[in-house]
Amino acid sequence: MPEIKVTPLGAGQDVGRSCILVSIAGKNVMLDCGMHMGYNDDRRFPDFSYITQNGRLTDFLDCVIISHFHLDHCGALPYFSEMVGYDGPIYMTHPTKAICPILLEDYRKITVDKKGETNFFTSQMIKDCMKKVVAVHLHQTVQVDEELEIKAYYAGHVLGAAMFQIKVGCESVVYTGDYNMTPDRHLGAAWIDKCRPDLLITESTYATTIRDSKRCRERDFLKKVHETVERGGKVLIPVFALGRAQELCILLETFWERMNLKAPIYFSTGLTEKANHYYKLFITWTNQKIRKTFVQRNMFEFKHIKAFDRAFADNPGPMVVFATPGMLHAGQSLQIFRKWAGNEKNMVIMPGYCVQGTVGHKILSGQRKLEMEGRQILEVKMQVEYMSFSAHADAKGIMQLIRQAEPRNVLLVHGEAKKMEFLKQKIEQEFHVNCYMPANGETTTIFTNPSIPVDISLGLLKRETAIGLLPDVKKPKLMHGTLMMKDNSFRLVSPEQALKELGLAEHQLRFTCRVHIQDPRKEHETVLRVYNHLKGVLKDYSVQHLPDGSITVESILIQATAHSEDQGTKVLLVSWTYQDEELGSYLTSLLKKGLPQSTA
Amino acid sequence: MKLHYCLSGHPTLPCNVLKFKSTTIMLDCGLDMTSTLNFLPLPLVQSPRLSKLPGWVLKDGSTFLDKELKECSGHVFVDSVPEFCLPETELLDLSTVDVILISNYHCMMALPYITEYTGFTGTVYATEPTVQIGRLLMEELVNSIERVPKAQSASMWKNKEVQRLLPVPLKDAVEVSMWRKCYTMPEVNAALSKIQLVGYSQKIELFGAVQVTPLSSGYALGSSNWIIQSHYEKVSYVSGSSLLTTHPQPMDQASLKNSDVLILTGLTQIPTANPDGMVGEFCSNLAMTVRNGGNVLVPCYPSGVIYDLLECLYQYIDSAGLSNVPFYFISPVANSSLEFSQIFAEWLCHNKQTKVYLPEPPFPHAELIQTNKLKHYPSIHGDFSNDFKQPCVVFTGHPSLRFGDVVHFMELWGKSSLNTVIFTEPDFSYLDALAPYQPLAMKCVYCPIDTRLNFIQVSKLLKEVQPLHVVCPEQYTQPPPTQSHRTDLMIDCQPPPMSYRRAEVLTLPYKRRYEKIEIMPEVTVPVMRNTFSPEERYSVIC
Repeated sequence: MPEIKVTPLGAGQDVGRSCILVSIAGKNVMLDCGMHMGYNDDRRFPDFSYITQNGRLTDFLDCVIISHFHLDHCGALPYFSEMVGYDGPIYMTHPTKAICPILLEDYRKITVDKKGETNFFTSQMIKDCMKKVVAVHLHQTVQVDEELEIKAYYAGHVLGAAMFQIKVGCESVVYTGDYNMTPDRHLGAAWIDKCRPDLLITESTYATTIRDSKRCRERDFLKKVHETVERGGKVLIPVFALGRAQELCILLETFWERMNLKAPIYFSTGLTEKANHYYKLFITWTNQKIRKTFVQRNMFEFKHIKAFDRAFADNPGPMVVFATPGMLHAGQSLQIFRKWAGNEKNMVIMPGYCVQGTVGHKILSGQRKLEMEGRQILEVKMQVEYMSFSAHADAKGIMQLIRQAEPRNVLLVHGEAKKMEFLKQKIEQEFHVNCYMPANGETTTIFTNPSIPVDISLGLLKRETAIGLLPDVKKPKLMHGTLMMKDNSFRLVSPEQALKELGLAEHQLRFTCRVHIQDPRKEHETVLRVYNHLKGVLKDYSVQHLPDGSITVESILIQATAHSEDQGTKVLLVSWTYQDEELGSYLTSLLKKGLPQSTA
Repeated sequence: MKLHYCLSGHPTLPCNVLKFKSTTIMLDCGLDMTSTLNFLPLPLVQSPRLSKLPGWVLKDGSTFLDKELKECSGHVFVDSVPEFCLPETELLDLSTVDVILISNYHCMMALPYITEYTGFTGTVYATEPTVQIGRLLMEELVNSIERVPKAQSASMWKNKEVQRLLPVPLKDAVEVSMWRKCYTMPEVNAALSKIQLVGYSQKIELFGAVQVTPLSSGYALGSSNWIIQSHYEKVSYVSGSSLLTTHPQPMDQASLKNSDVLILTGLTQIPTANPDGMVGEFCSNLAMTVRNGGNVLVPCYPSGVIYDLLECLYQYIDSAGLSNVPFYFISPVANSSLEFSQIFAEWLCHNKQTKVYLPEPPFPHAELIQTNKLKHYPSIHGDFSNDFKQPCVVFTGHPSLRFGDVVHFMELWGKSSLNTVIFTEPDFSYLDALAPYQPLAMKCVYCPIDTRLNFIQVSKLLKEVQPLHVVCPEQYTQPPPTQSHRTDLMIDCQPPPMSYRRAEVLTLPYKRRYEKIEIMPEVTVPVMRNTFSPEERYSVIC
């Protein structure tokens, strides 16, 4: 039986290092190639030796698909393609292709220049890796090879994020990447058509959360920022340069404008302006409202938000700073955090999910004494707030997507095992489909039952639909034909054509049945009675009484003889060919019931 | 059986209908605007010259038409709101059209007439740039006609008996009873709301019977050719394609292979001109005029070739010493057009895409605007009149010279031989366009830039993709009427192309012998097990 095999190398019952292998109809596809932010050793990248021990990856994988530019989805790409070695195609959307190398370079700088690691990928490797990338449009059907095709759908989440459908023949898999089912201030909601995939691989970051309305969260966020600034405190918002940052900037910008606030807002790193520029140029990927008004007013041109300088952190007075990276695991956000952590007037707002092992995760889980490098203990007195702004679908959203796509199986990745368990039950209950949640390295096998495409000769199709009454679209119809297989493809043709092509002689198969009828009259009178009876019952058929004394119904022959021993019993011989089996057996059963008593 | 209805006689503004597997598909919705050349221009400010034109008098001296028709330098013009020649609406019931496929923004200008007046209830498919820029073109059209309300509406001349008496070209104008006034913005919005956006190589299923796919055609932002196919039949609709490298994504030729029928429309209108040479001539004429202290007027559409012209000027102005000459782009949609051009990175050629990745705006006109070399205004009224400095270069519409801000500049600059009008758009004959402004002292330069396929490229393309049959407008099967000796200016292929003309119906050849169905895998089991012959297995199924 055909099967689809899925093995997560990362993101199996975990968040981070997304990397999922899918085998479908003999094709192998790798979905995402991410790094894990919680680790600094070998575990940060997926274990590619799982794919093949000594062969070349290019020979084994038909293509690699990257869903969006977040590093936990693309951070291992240069390592994978340049250091392990892969020369096949890598697919991603245009914005992802544009932004991905910048984040990779940023990541490389932090790892190599700041932490002094060696044996890491180089800038040149990032460039070489990006040369293997093929950019795809939304909804474009990309033919990877003769059989394998992929198609991208809008996923919300971040600029350029996409879900991908992978299809071979009638079998298909949809991989969601990260997605968001509610539009936010800068992006639209994910959308997919009712494509009924055999398997839907969905993220499940917020598997158990049902979030309140976005407006409430926004109001909360603004209130907290406002209060802190009013009492002279400093607000640190760790973000990733692209994504949430732009949404929160739009939010604060409009709030500052409306409330006429004077406290400065800064955005760290040189990426900001560049990042906003990407948003301006890829405005078709943002939400309806921004797209509609961009000619009059580009939402990504900020008046109140200025570039941050390292020295500003020691300035007195209130300020709001957006700093990267978002999980406080390194870089500028961590530096500022260390400076401000000791003052209870200050506040840090974590607007997104934090991976285990990061400082962000530690403070969110309530830890107030952190061990930093060099055994130094940092006491956290500043307020720590968590606001779920990360654009992942919540439980409701995940269910909604399943309803939209109508998959036959669901597989959960990119989430925590305990939460997945809960969602899995809910999905199985509500949709009556199997739901899987493999751990990293664990293979899930799904059996499919794809229909088989067959070429039917037009002559046969027309002949078969013309037989009998007008075609009724609501009723099934029986069809006769000969199925031929040649060079691995099927054809359905008429028996005559098949015989001709195969050079076979036709054998006639006839059924003959005797039906006894009690009738003392002469033979030809019995025949006449039978004829009249059949003519009365079978109004739609051609019933004929032939001069030689036999009756034909279409091509079925009926003859009557007297019984050799009992003259009062007549024997009806009913004879039909194999092709007329249906009518022939119907006639016999009709005649067996006997003739009606009075046939005038 | 496939049927092909031709509703438009204009080969570059096609409107065809294809009946294929019980679906009715309209291919493009072009609006023939050459009819406006028969009308007087709509001046933005009262023009004494135009209002003093004498009424036309018949040979026998009767003057009953002198209110409707005016004479200017030997030509007769209708003094009324300009009207357009619509596609045929009587040839078949247009309410039965299931879908409309749009190939580029120039070929959708008749859309509101079709979707709003024929009982059409289907869907229109087009790419995002096509829709956005198409909307801008329609907006500009509606705006430039509505802002100059005209009290008079001439209709007497359309009477068949009367039309017979008129001088050419009015006498020979076809289907004048079908000519219609411009649509309104609410109609444009209603029409555009029926469009569904599609991307290149997106497979769209129509009722499970037919699959349609847009392919990049290389002619304009978002321009597409269409593949219409079932499992065993493939019709390619090639409309407005270009093999030149300008700003759009290159043409996808490979996907056109194995077509049973290839419908070929939208070839270049100026087959004898080389677009590159024309651009060079454009620049040198522009520079010469400005150096002599004259102004340059470029009648143009607000999108398309203007992007390429601005890019050429960007590279040219400093070396030609034109850095201090102001360039004005005047159109109600000038700003939108310039902004929109920068956000369609995915639809641009590779070079421009790479710029976006940096991230930099793909078109250099962003820099021209930033450095104040290029200024854009919604109209000549308002800010423009304060900033206006001469000598200057003005890009403005409409290329027919019958409405829009261009009319004002023709009246303003026409009297001086220092000034030059440079025609770059190929849609209108420049002599006809100029007729109501005669006599004219201004210099006229004709540099038509039409990047669409020429006949050499067509024959190469056909050799490459090898369609079984070619179908094209009759104009492409014979040399142009003015150059009847140029037998190279026609389509040459084997078998010879099937041609069509306005209001004609063709039956497309080609019969299929097989159809695709799907069966359950269980049915195939006996065949797989049959060991009769490993090459040819069969089983009888009931």
